[in-house]
Amino acid sequence: MSSMAPGTPSTLGALAGRAFANRSFVIGLFITLVVAALALVSFFWTPFDVTRLIVADRMQPPSSAHWFGTDHFGRDVLSMIMIGSRNSIAVALVAVGIGMGIGVPLGCWAAARGGWIDEALMRFNDLIFAFPALLSAIMITAVFGPSAINAIIAIGIFNIPVFARVARAGALSIWPREYILAARAAGKGKARITIEHIIPNIANLLLVQGTIQFALGILAEAALSYVGLGTQPPMPSWGRMLFDAQTLMMVAPWLALFPGCAILLTVLGLNLLGDGISDIFDPRARRRP
Amino acid sequence: MTAYLLKRLLIGAATLVVASVVVFLMLEVVPGDPARVMLGMNASEAQVELLRDQMGLNQPLIVRYLDWARGLLSLDFGKSYTYSVPVIDLIRERIVVSFPLAVIALALSTLIAIPVGLFAAARRGRAGDTAAMAVAQIGVAMPNFWFALLLVYVFAVWLRLVPAGGFPGWGAGAWPALKALILPAVALALPQAAILARVTRAALVEVLGEDYIRTARAKGMPMRAVMWRHALRNAMIPVLTIMGLQFAFLLAGTIIIENVFYLPGLGRLVFQAITQRDLIVVESVVMLLVAAVVTVNLLVDLSYALVDPRLRTRQ
Repeated sequence: MSSMAPGTPSTLGALAGRAFANRSFVIGLFITLVVAALALVSFFWTPFDVTRLIVADRMQPPSSAHWFGTDHFGRDVLSMIMIGSRNSIAVALVAVGIGMGIGVPLGCWAAARGGWIDEALMRFNDLIFAFPALLSAIMITAVFGPSAINAIIAIGIFNIPVFARVARAGALSIWPREYILAARAAGKGKARITIEHIIPNIANLLLVQGTIQFALGILAEAALSYVGLGTQPPMPSWGRMLFDAQTLMMVAPWLALFPGCAILLTVLGLNLLGDGISDIFDPRARRRP
Repeated sequence: MTAYLLKRLLIGAATLVVASVVVFLMLEVVPGDPARVMLGMNASEAQVELLRDQMGLNQPLIVRYLDWARGLLSLDFGKSYTYSVPVIDLIRERIVVSFPLAVIALALSTLIAIPVGLFAAARRGRAGDTAAMAVAQIGVAMPNFWFALLLVYVFAVWLRLVPAGGFPGWGAGAWPALKALILPAVALALPQAAILARVTRAALVEVLGEDYIRTARAKGMPMRAVMWRHALRNAMIPVLTIMGLQFAFLLAGTIIIENVFYLPGLGRLVFQAITQRDLIVVESVVMLLVAAVVTVNLLVDLSYALVDPRLRTRQ
């Protein structure tokens, strides 16, 4: 949990060297970049136009023209997966943004103030944790109507206590350090110390948690869309594609295969990336065999 | 220890109170008048008003909340708007599907995860560990409902070993009922087992670096005995914590998985109730699930004292 051990050189070069020697990091980064690239490319180009329904081409198995086959409307599955990735990424990314944007200041505030503010904030965190997150997301989207926006808010709310907890724990380990004492002696206020010293020193923890919550967000969005409470048709989404595939499984099993692989690969990439970042910054990792 | 448990108990109770307020207020803002929904569009304004009176919907908010909360405590959840039967009867009917499902899944996940964690930790850094953890990494990333679809395709559609969905009811005999729960339980359990196996391994690796492990080895205790008697017991606290958290995931997971397998459990009930605007059913089931999570977390706190005698005497 601590940052660099005393006397460890932590120049950018050394860090990069360790990063590219770390297998998890390299594989995770590669997968994540491929998925991000596919999502970006989909804005300019997809193999086929997914808004055009070509009934003559419906439910084609994978072929050289349609790599991943076509669905019951004759839409190209690869193109739909590419466009669907935008949704997954956007929902999970904004949800992480909400969680970090609110949770990190709360956690840092709790750590800086201590006392009853700390206690109250952390008890509030425990409260949110007691709700099964997906259940609450289902309730929120059910009450306010199914849409991608409500899915983002529902997932984002449950990211807040996670980031608050990580930020608080990290900040509490930094506050007793000598350089913080020096900063206080120099007359810096708590807010300024938090911004200038605490946050840069817990950034690695936040980054790791960010990749984990990003991955969980993608899984949650897929689950919500699967039960019809997330992204709404006709916008393609991975979860919705799996729902449509379920009834067609006897005749077109590939429809269930590829969207699931897309979710699996994206989440896997992010988790590996998170593991990698965590190893790179945690000096204890190098002692581990 | 007593003070600690008392504090946890108070926090649990406070959680339930806050949860009930949040759930109540949230469903209060939902558009749509339950009385209007029950009577249909052809009912006159006077009829709707009469029913609203009968249902107590014209009472002030705080009175309605207190009535509802008092009902919760005595397991009297009120009457379903759409079925006109007590909600508790609907829940009783459905819980016999969801509860066994969650318990089987938790048991499966534990039975898989702990041996895999032990296996990997004993061979840390070697091929067996790397392979087990690579599989676990994939398991963590697997959406359970997609895994469920794959299981249905292989075991129900292709091999025809088990039904693809539906539930015959416990009245049809234990075996046909269990058979209908096997695939859903496996689909729920494996992704959770992957997470638990990783946590178990990490906790064990941490413990294996301790001096008492070296002492046990030095006095000639076989590795297998060291793992089970010393290492696993000391690694149990993080493992139990994650298991407690996973119970909440499993409950939420049953909601999704029941939809994949068309199982008539609490999850299906919530979904039907949501689409039919049967708010009282939604409120009741959500509260029930939150209460289950709070109870399990309390049990986890209690179990810490069981596995770690040091915690029993700590002030």
